[in-house]
Amino acid sequence: MAKILIPTPLRPYTDKQDAVDASGATVGELLADLTRRHAGLKTHLYNEQGKLRSFVNVYVNDEDIRYLQKEQTPVNAGDTVSIIPSVAGGASASAKATADPPTRAREGGPTVLEDLPALTNDEIKRYSRHLIMPEVGVEGQRKLKAGKVLCIGAGGLGSPVAMYLAAAGIGTLGLVDFDVVDFSNLQRQILHGTPDVGRSKLASARDRLQALNPNVEVVTHEVAISSENALKLFEPYDVIVDGTDNFPTRYLVNDACVLTGKPNAYGSIFRFEGQASVFATKEGPCYRCLYPEPPPPGLVPSCAEGGVLGVLPGIIGVIQATEAIKLILGVGEPLIGRFLIFDALRMKFRELKLKKDPDCPVCGTHPTVTQLIDYEQFCGVRPAAPEPAPLNSANSTTEITSVELKQRLDRGEKVKIVDVREPNEYQINRIPGSELIPLGDVPKRVNELNPDEEIVVHCKSGVRSAKAADFLRSVGFKKVLNLKGGVLDWIDKVDPTQPKY
Amino acid sequence: MPAERRITIGADIDQAIRLHGQETYPHECCGALVGKDDAVTAVVALPNTTEEGPRRRFLVRPSDYRQAERRATEMGGELLGFYHSHPDHPARPSQYDLDHAWPTFAYIIVSVMNGAAGDMTVWFLKNDRSSFEEGSLDHGQNPHPDTAPAVHGQAGRS
Repeated sequence: MAKILIPTPLRPYTDKQDAVDASGATVGELLADLTRRHAGLKTHLYNEQGKLRSFVNVYVNDEDIRYLQKEQTPVNAGDTVSIIPSVAGGASASAKATADPPTRAREGGPTVLEDLPALTNDEIKRYSRHLIMPEVGVEGQRKLKAGKVLCIGAGGLGSPVAMYLAAAGIGTLGLVDFDVVDFSNLQRQILHGTPDVGRSKLASARDRLQALNPNVEVVTHEVAISSENALKLFEPYDVIVDGTDNFPTRYLVNDACVLTGKPNAYGSIFRFEGQASVFATKEGPCYRCLYPEPPPPGLVPSCAEGGVLGVLPGIIGVIQATEAIKLILGVGEPLIGRFLIFDALRMKFRELKLKKDPDCPVCGTHPTVTQLIDYEQFCGVRPAAPEPAPLNSANSTTEITSVELKQRLDRGEKVKIVDVREPNEYQINRIPGSELIPLGDVPKRVNELNPDEEIVVHCKSGVRSAKAADFLRSVGFKKVLNLKGGVLDWIDKVDPTQPKY
Repeated sequence: MPAERRITIGADIDQAIRLHGQETYPHECCGALVGKDDAVTAVVALPNTTEEGPRRRFLVRPSDYRQAERRATEMGGELLGFYHSHPDHPARPSQYDLDHAWPTFAYIIVSVMNGAAGDMTVWFLKNDRSSFEEGSLDHGQNPHPDTAPAVHGQAGRS
């Protein structure tokens, strides 16, 4: 038996008592017993999904159960449990006069009902499977119609995100991308088809989305997102979906979400593994709470370098779309403070708990980052990859171009060529006469190479082989040349008959 | 239909809420209403701790709530509810207000247009949480707590 302190507004339901007894081993059991004894309390403490309402705080002996074990927090005899209201409210978010960004997707769902757009008869037919669910209903569908979602990237993640959000009836769907469709995109980027190769991704995406649902307003932003334009880009939107594939943009999107107060439906993919979460909400952590610093450049390979299972962005992107819809509807339990990790090979989901870091440089109590910074520099991308020199000129002591290499081979010179890619890449294309030693194997197979001999190393585009060259020089190799632009440049300049990937 | 619930506030209380709304404009202000039997005898201004942009939101922390409840008891009254301002918005509760409302409490909203306090209304959450019911604000000339119950004794709580 434990004592529960009842706040003023709930006392009418407990016969005006400010403290009542209830039994249970955990907070959850105790509250269940309480609502059994005092039936009127239930609707005020729990939402329709049976979760404690966000503005209901429960303390066990002065400790918020959110920082203990939530409703599983054990309660011992003699403990005092307090129900303490957070009192919140505010003006309708459909402001006309003020310049503040809308915060409507945050918690309460958008605006008062009269401000939501009506549904046409066609829309009622189209969304009927939503309308018959109480969690969506006509009101929810109108919230979706009023909703504005910005998707950063119209590629692997952006494809399923945009298609499902358009199908679901999100009123305004913004897309940011500046790329053109490439054959290598089609294995996963289902927004685009074979006839779209060579077209702008946004033009292709717009056609696909409008065909799917002409009621959706597709807004295309054909720019590279940057510290200069991000805040302005985000301003009209309620939810930002991060479908980026690199760290500078990921940090930029996170920080811009925190600064503009927009939730970030985050997802990322690599090979067989995906991640998803919802960052930058008022109550939850941001990406920087999880990763305050980016990994050293080059440590985490991109999908272009490491590959990605084609269906993986489908799974992760659909999770992001689900979270965006839940945020707009204000239903369910969003992925806030939870980091979902999906392993396609084992077909397993794991969930990590995340906490908002009070010392977070962006969303903490005393933020040091109060405006957008230079993210390329922050992620160390620029110093590591200086302005690329034209590929036909190379630093002759450390680099060689594919044309120079070809000329030397044609002259009959014997040049040792080491390909540091993976065996499956070697099967796709190769430079004749090259020997395969994957980058990870170079240290243990270094004695297969002669340190006094000149060696040309190469990979797909030159990044991994630069590391191999550095390593070989560090262990005493006299002359190591990195092939500029890798096998891709070789195919472009020397041997266009070979396939590229 | 239950009788419309009435909240009595004196001119000084009315003025204090309006001034608070003007001071914090363009941000929202918030505070606690303390009194007895639906007559407000004191207001306690509270810090707006929202992290969502104070132009559109207010949030009273649990610790401040506890303090307000304690203060109310010390003053010999009870916590009747809360007030907040709607900068450049009408004095009508938003969906957000409804989603976060507590039963029993009186919610006074003052509209502050272009920095000047205007309409003031009071609202009560329906028992089924479906919507708010508007109450009436009685600007009694003499809001002395001892006289209030006599004047409004029959208004009754729903």
